[in-house]
Amino acid sequence: MDNLNFELYKKMYLIRATEEKIRAHYEEDEMKTPCHLYVGGEHIAAGVLQALAKDDYLFGTYRSHGIYLARTMETDAFFCELYGKATGTQKGKAGSMHIASPEHGLVATSAVVGTTIPMAVGSALAQQYLATGRITAVFFGDGATDEGVFWESINFACLKKLPILFICEDNDLAIHTSTEERHGYRSITDIVRQFDCNAYANETTDVQQIYQTTTQAIAQLRSDQRPAFLHFKYYRYYEHVGMYTDFHAGYRSEEIYKQWKARDPLELQRTKLFSQGMNDDLKRYEESVQQQLTESVRKAKIASFPDPQELYSDIYAL
Amino acid sequence: MSRIITYREAITEALREEMERDERVFVYGLDVADFKRTFGSGKGLLEQFGAKRYFSTPLSEDALMGIGLGAAVMGLRPVNVHIRVDFLLLTLNQLANMVTSMRYTSAGKLKVPLTIRTVIGRGWGQGMQHSKTLHALFAHLPGLKVALPSTAADMKGLLKSAIRDDNPVLIIEQRWLYDTPGEVPEDPNYLEPLGVPRCIREGTDVTVIGVSWMVIEAVKAAEILARRGVRVEVIDPRTISPLDYTLIYDSIKKTGHCIVVDYDWLNCGFSAEVAARVQEHCFNELKSPITRIGFAETPCPTTRPLENKFYPNAIQIIKAIEQKLGLSETDLSGEEFYSYENKFKGPF
Repeated sequence: MDNLNFELYKKMYLIRATEEKIRAHYEEDEMKTPCHLYVGGEHIAAGVLQALAKDDYLFGTYRSHGIYLARTMETDAFFCELYGKATGTQKGKAGSMHIASPEHGLVATSAVVGTTIPMAVGSALAQQYLATGRITAVFFGDGATDEGVFWESINFACLKKLPILFICEDNDLAIHTSTEERHGYRSITDIVRQFDCNAYANETTDVQQIYQTTTQAIAQLRSDQRPAFLHFKYYRYYEHVGMYTDFHAGYRSEEIYKQWKARDPLELQRTKLFSQGMNDDLKRYEESVQQQLTESVRKAKIASFPDPQELYSDIYAL
Repeated sequence: MSRIITYREAITEALREEMERDERVFVYGLDVADFKRTFGSGKGLLEQFGAKRYFSTPLSEDALMGIGLGAAVMGLRPVNVHIRVDFLLLTLNQLANMVTSMRYTSAGKLKVPLTIRTVIGRGWGQGMQHSKTLHALFAHLPGLKVALPSTAADMKGLLKSAIRDDNPVLIIEQRWLYDTPGEVPEDPNYLEPLGVPRCIREGTDVTVIGVSWMVIEAVKAAEILARRGVRVEVIDPRTISPLDYTLIYDSIKKTGHCIVVDYDWLNCGFSAEVAARVQEHCFNELKSPITRIGFAETPCPTTRPLENKFYPNAIQIIKAIEQKLGLSETDLSGEEFYSYENKFKGPF
């Protein structure tokens, strides 16, 4: 179990440290790509991805640094993409909002809310059709459940008994508008339970619990062939898009932030590992990540931009 | 070897052959597996291939387009059917934001072998929401191929090419053409290339570029004028995007006159695209301004007399040619028009 806890911590730490690195360099104005930071939600990406197999498929949103990093654990191609360089994951054509790595199973991310949900259902349909045994997991925010396509997609997935996990990362905000101001109902999970699927809800910031809930959901899916809906609450520490806190804007209170911060997912896991006497391992790992990040940023800064002709490549497959 | 079959049978054959050839091909859409089978074009496919590969869906067009995208990037070759182009508008978010840009944004790591079939209709009171074509709207999107077959042979050959293509391809079928017979090769590997126009009828006096049903009207006009010794060249672009315009430029350099008859509104449409490109490439050879003919700039009315006025026809094409070439008025009193419409009795 110690090993598992450390693995979970590694994923979370890499996500947190990478995003703090972005924050440290963003004002240099070289990463010209809108970044939607995930700080505060690391436990969800880390826990879910730890529970999934490495060849299971992932789909995300414009806030997908977490699932990218937790799946690949690499930062060279990642930073090159943010700097718009030819050596980026998608040759600079995608940037932060569309970062993906199909070769690692992170198939696509999207900046129009809810749009990867049906694509993920199509992926799950293909896994069922081809009998690969692979699961597809799609991450989306609570705002996506306002979109018609979410309901269309979950209906189809339940109808066809597709191997898919719907991961709702609920930060109670769709950009700047709270759930309270948007929903004519109380609990999304209660509604989704009316579908032929298994629904789970957890407000924890403990990555181990996210891992356990997801593991349970996968086991259940494999036994009854019903899709899973997992509703996880978290708190978005920074503004919707950008590098800063925005409590002064008045749409949310700093008091609530402090309550969440007191049970910060990364600190929680670090404390757990400390109590298990893993201080040295932690220190070594954190140092290696810091070195990795410094090196990745250095390489990204000096890497070449794509050739101008790249503009015209990959519109059609030949 | 070839034989005469209808446009509808050409669709069925194309689907059957491609489903037999590649088990990754599947067909889905609203009501495709009902007893009518999309105006009969899916006849026998459910029985032959089963519900896994030929199934009706919930009325969730937007999601179903995204599902096709997801299945396509995972290696399947979906054929997504929309019985009216008007319903395809519900998929525009997936189509414009996801399907058409997925290959580009993935820097070529993903491919999207997705075929979208849709039907355009007219006549017998189809009204404002069962009558549009909108091909310019779709052709505007880089990353999508858009074809409008007007013959049974092209229907079969282009649909088969679409299914084998590694890109999203939209095939816009014309409901009125479903009953038209034509010579179609039997070879299961018969294909027609996407992106290449076809010269339907050769001529030297004027070039008429017709789209979808307008090919039929243009040929009718050409036949009538041929009796007066006027030789009209009729070109069917077949695919409107992407399109190799060489055949069109060569024709206009030969005739010096260009008429584009679109099956759509003119404003910002395919006819404007053709006119712009033709003046750019054939400016010195043009003997008259380019003429455009298309839908009236109105929604489509339901009542028959107004509907007839909404759609362009062979008579308008004849008038345009007369004007262009300085001909006297042709006597049309003995001519029969709209012959195919008589086969369509409605209601849908």
